[in-house]
Amino acid sequence: MSLAIQISNLVFTYNESLVLDHLSFSVEKGSMLGIVGPNGSGKTTLLKILSAVLTGSGEVKLNGRYIRSYGRRELSKLFAVVPQESQISFPYSVAEIVLMGRASHHHPLALEAEKDLEVARKSMELTEILSLADRYLHELSGGEKQRVMIARALAQEPEMLLLDEPSAFLDLKHQVQVFELVRRLNREQGLTVVAALHDLNLAALFFSRLVMLRDGRVYRDGTPAAVLTEEVIEEIYGIRVQVQRDPSGEKPQIFLCPSC
Amino acid sequence: MKVLDRKRMIWVNGVLLALLVLSVVGCALLGPVRLNLAQALQNMLSPNPDAEILFRARLPRVLLGVAIGGGMAACGVVLQALLGNPLACPQMLGVSGGASLGGILGLIFFPHWLLPIAGGLLGEISWVPLAGFLGALCSMMLVYRFSLFHGRLHPYHLLLSGVIFNSIIAAVIMFLNSIVDFYQAQGLLFWLMGSLSTRAYLTVAFIWAYIIFGFLWLWAKGLSLNLITLGEEAAMHLGVEIGSLQRQIFIASSLMIGAMVSVSGMIGFVGLMIPHVMRLIVGSDHRLLLPASFLAGGIFLGWADTLARMLLAPAELPVGIITAFFGGPFFLFLLYREGRKKLAL
Repeated sequence: MSLAIQISNLVFTYNESLVLDHLSFSVEKGSMLGIVGPNGSGKTTLLKILSAVLTGSGEVKLNGRYIRSYGRRELSKLFAVVPQESQISFPYSVAEIVLMGRASHHHPLALEAEKDLEVARKSMELTEILSLADRYLHELSGGEKQRVMIARALAQEPEMLLLDEPSAFLDLKHQVQVFELVRRLNREQGLTVVAALHDLNLAALFFSRLVMLRDGRVYRDGTPAAVLTEEVIEEIYGIRVQVQRDPSGEKPQIFLCPSC
Repeated sequence: MKVLDRKRMIWVNGVLLALLVLSVVGCALLGPVRLNLAQALQNMLSPNPDAEILFRARLPRVLLGVAIGGGMAACGVVLQALLGNPLACPQMLGVSGGASLGGILGLIFFPHWLLPIAGGLLGEISWVPLAGFLGALCSMMLVYRFSLFHGRLHPYHLLLSGVIFNSIIAAVIMFLNSIVDFYQAQGLLFWLMGSLSTRAYLTVAFIWAYIIFGFLWLWAKGLSLNLITLGEEAAMHLGVEIGSLQRQIFIASSLMIGAMVSVSGMIGFVGLMIPHVMRLIVGSDHRLLLPASFLAGGIFLGWADTLARMLLAPAELPVGIITAFFGGPFFLFLLYREGRKKLAL
């Protein structure tokens, strides 16, 4: 198996405090990785370095090449980012937003070609928002907006998908929908998925591998069952929980029990 | 699914361009003095009053107005995108303040100096707009320096340093205004209110050169301008070299604004209103929005200045009064009718 992402000895400091402390791990092509950890453990910083918004010291390689050696347009064909929430101050239609995912694929002075429209249409079909194409983004609900962001990411035809807490502002149904969609894309199109996640139960249900960060270091790395144990949660989050299996008997689920 | 295609680009811009040409002709023919166009054109070579008024007084003024209107609207569009703020306008950038101060210093210290062009063969131009443009360049460099962090122009810093820079300069201008004598103060006030009156084709050519150059530069960035309205990080993820884009937009629009303010003073409202009106009409895609706003801004200011010349003829109103007085209610009407569904507020 070849590696999509290799990180070794990644260090990032902000205002002289160490946010990422000699972090190392790698991600196989076509796999799904969930990054979990408490607030301030470095999840978001790590995603920002992976998406080349920030630069740390140490090695970060994408597809075996140093991330620094890529140009922005090249990077945007390699991976797409789905943000937590999107604030757009000007009125764009859903179709226009999704087509912006094609920006790196056509000449900057040209309009979108037939092929770009085709890819955009397909991404909207996959995310089931084709019927919303001519609506304005700000008219949509949170769940619909998030699917628009995923459609835009797919329109980039990326090899990797980076998600920053994609379900943070969604209700229960839409949380599950977003992760089912992401898992389907991973299975059907072979997309490599890396997501920063807050909800440990959702992470356990949808991701086969979790990396638990603590103070900018990898604290645990493995299957949900190996990472999400009662001892680890108590150590990391400082609260007592019970971990039991979900009805299928495979995935761990965490139960809060303040009194136990 | 409705998207921007070539047909729509050509159709919208073609109609607006035709309207702009018609407006230039119409505005040049209209004025307190009735003109006989046939007369003016027939005897172009032998001087006659009609040709004199048309070609020496009205046409350069209309051409200047069209350029300034278009340039202000185009700058408004890109600054709203760059600063991620629908309330941004060309007056906010700090450059306009620098241009005003430069022009005012020119008016105070060498109001009558003339600079001969090509040894006087091409005529002479006043030093006042040159001083204004010099002021604009200085303020542009200062604001740039104060807003640049790690190779990026932070929108909030840019907005704040521009606004603060302008208020410092406003204080300096008020100070100067209070120490010069009465007649000079009157002159300064008129200059500040903004006017499109010119007889010099050289000035008009200077402005058009800057406007065309800046406009084409910005238009070439149309696609990136779309992406930058999604936020800095989203734009980076979609392939935009954000630092370079921000610097280019700032420099191109500053040069345009500096040139415009140094010649015609602060003509407000066009740069704020036209981008919003055009966004409601043609949509937010900058590849179409930018040229459409440019053309519409030209049409709007051309007619506004014609009204300013005619309403109280033979006296002239400052054109800023017209732009705000007639543009404002129209904008409110449009906002009321279209805004609720289209504005992301």
